[in-house]
Amino acid sequence: MNFELTEDHIMMREMVRDFAETEAAPGSEERDEKEEFPMELWKKCGGLGLTGVTFPEEYDGAGADYISYAITVEELSRVDASLGVTISAHSSLCANPIYIFGTEEQKKKYLAPLARGEKMGAFGLTESMAGSDASGTRTTAVRDGKDYVINGSKIFITNGYYADTYVITAQMDKSKGNKGISAFILEKGTPGFTFGKKEKKMGIRSSATYELVFENVRIPAANLLAQEGQGFKVAMTTLDYGRIGIASQALGIAQGAYEQAMKYAKEREQFGKPISALQAIQFKFADMATSIEAARLLVYQAAFIASEHKIPVSKYAAMAKVFASETANKVTTQAVQILGGYGYTRDYPLERMMRDAKITEIYEGTSEIQRVVIAASILKD
Amino acid sequence: MNIVVTVKQTFDTEAKIVLDGKGNIDGSGVNLVINPYDEFAIEEALKLKEKFGGEITIVSVGGEAATKAIRTALAMGCDKAVRVDDPALADADEWAVAEILGKVVSKLPYDLILSGRIAVDDGSSQVAVRLADALGVPSVSSILKLDIEGTAATVTREIDGGTELIEVKLPALFTAQKGLNEPRLPSMKGIMGAKKKEIAVQSLADAGADPGAVAAKMIVPKLSLPNPRLAGKLIPGEAPDAARELAKLLREEAKVI
Repeated sequence: MNFELTEDHIMMREMVRDFAETEAAPGSEERDEKEEFPMELWKKCGGLGLTGVTFPEEYDGAGADYISYAITVEELSRVDASLGVTISAHSSLCANPIYIFGTEEQKKKYLAPLARGEKMGAFGLTESMAGSDASGTRTTAVRDGKDYVINGSKIFITNGYYADTYVITAQMDKSKGNKGISAFILEKGTPGFTFGKKEKKMGIRSSATYELVFENVRIPAANLLAQEGQGFKVAMTTLDYGRIGIASQALGIAQGAYEQAMKYAKEREQFGKPISALQAIQFKFADMATSIEAARLLVYQAAFIASEHKIPVSKYAAMAKVFASETANKVTTQAVQILGGYGYTRDYPLERMMRDAKITEIYEGTSEIQRVVIAASILKD
Repeated sequence: MNIVVTVKQTFDTEAKIVLDGKGNIDGSGVNLVINPYDEFAIEEALKLKEKFGGEITIVSVGGEAATKAIRTALAMGCDKAVRVDDPALADADEWAVAEILGKVVSKLPYDLILSGRIAVDDGSSQVAVRLADALGVPSVSSILKLDIEGTAATVTREIDGGTELIEVKLPALFTAQKGLNEPRLPSMKGIMGAKKKEIAVQSLADAGADPGAVAAKMIVPKLSLPNPRLAGKLIPGEAPDAARELAKLLREEAKVI
């Protein structure tokens, strides 16, 4: 048993933190305000190899482990949760299913440019009638000669519009329910593939969230991911790993809010002393620090398991995600409380962090779904 | 083009300096970083390598702790490293370190040597220029711009109140001043690749230096911390009276005029 990060992990954390603080933090407020996608930062992330952390070098990834990935998303989200989810959705939800389920040809064609950051990835699973229950998928795929023809739409798609490569699911045989679903790789610019509404969100406002619309979109048969009927399996496996990304994002938000509140509490004087000298404030920090540490251990444990491949990651990723996201919500709420009126204004980043934290309890499986996953796993044992 | 870069591991500039019971600087718990001026030297070497090809070798004198600085340089893109570590180096002064670096560098192929203009810990600015002397090559300090064509280098260096343009033949040594470039961050791939690169650890004997011949020439009898800064004093009253009082205090209390 060893709880120490390796030298590589420490150097990675220093590198990502340096990048996040010098490049991502300064404009984060304005991007949130204007709902502006961080395209320039995205390109810089590619240059630093943050777009392909876990993928092998042969596909132009960094060949690092999931702890390195967790640290990356955590450090980005510590200053800008929108940038954190942009990297997480790209890596976990698009590049990763292509890595796990793709043919050698698909990996060379799609994974390598994603890992290099030349192309951005997105994942289309959710529909208006298919959220937590994927069997409600109404987007259809029909085999027609050498192609599949896709019709339907997807909603709430992170990186939508900006992404070049999309992994999407579609129903091929409704009578088979989840087993009728297949997964496909779809390129931006394919005729009939357009973007609908851009969501106006409460938080992570500088990340892009779009509707995808498919009208007789023809995809070559070579772009089927895994086998016909395995789309549900592809989606569930993708989300298992993806949850480590969102758990890391939540952890980063919590850490960032905690540090901001600590800095403020040491400077803000009331009753003739810094408010950090007041026990009411100190106890809040003690609770915040304890929750963050517990969340970090769960997140890194899930990341460790994801790298080792010895036991299924599903339960651990769900535990990390539900705990870290609930921690992010508790911590950001307390952080705003510590700053009082100032915390509620946009002069400080805490109100943004509190808005950003909420989504971590919702996307890539709500907290309720995480508990379903955890319960199913432990009751089976 | 073969480039040698000298690197030193230093305290984080935000570190609080504390003396231990014996009056030595207590390094425990202090965050160690690569000397910031050495980062400019590394970045310049990387840019030259990108332009001309070749190999960059990091050379450092220091204990195990210096490995972190060296790994950072390798992660940024340097190719290999030599670290000289020997118990006899505990009291090494600038002269001794330069002599040892000279022994190591003289065995390496090099067209130029890049160093930081100063180390942010002891701030002596001596080692690099002494190294140039040990190797018998010219040196230019505090450079802001470096252009190389063939074996001719055109260098802009900072001087008091202006800059100086110097032409020098390679091989030569240059020390990097802030403003020379903007050091890159190591990439994920660079960090992953750094551990596959060679760091040769040499004793003084391996480096070809006789411990007796590099004994320090300088002895540091005592280190002391600067006096803590006292709170300012506000002199009340009308300006003419206050000025008179100020002059009196400066003469009698502060004894500066």
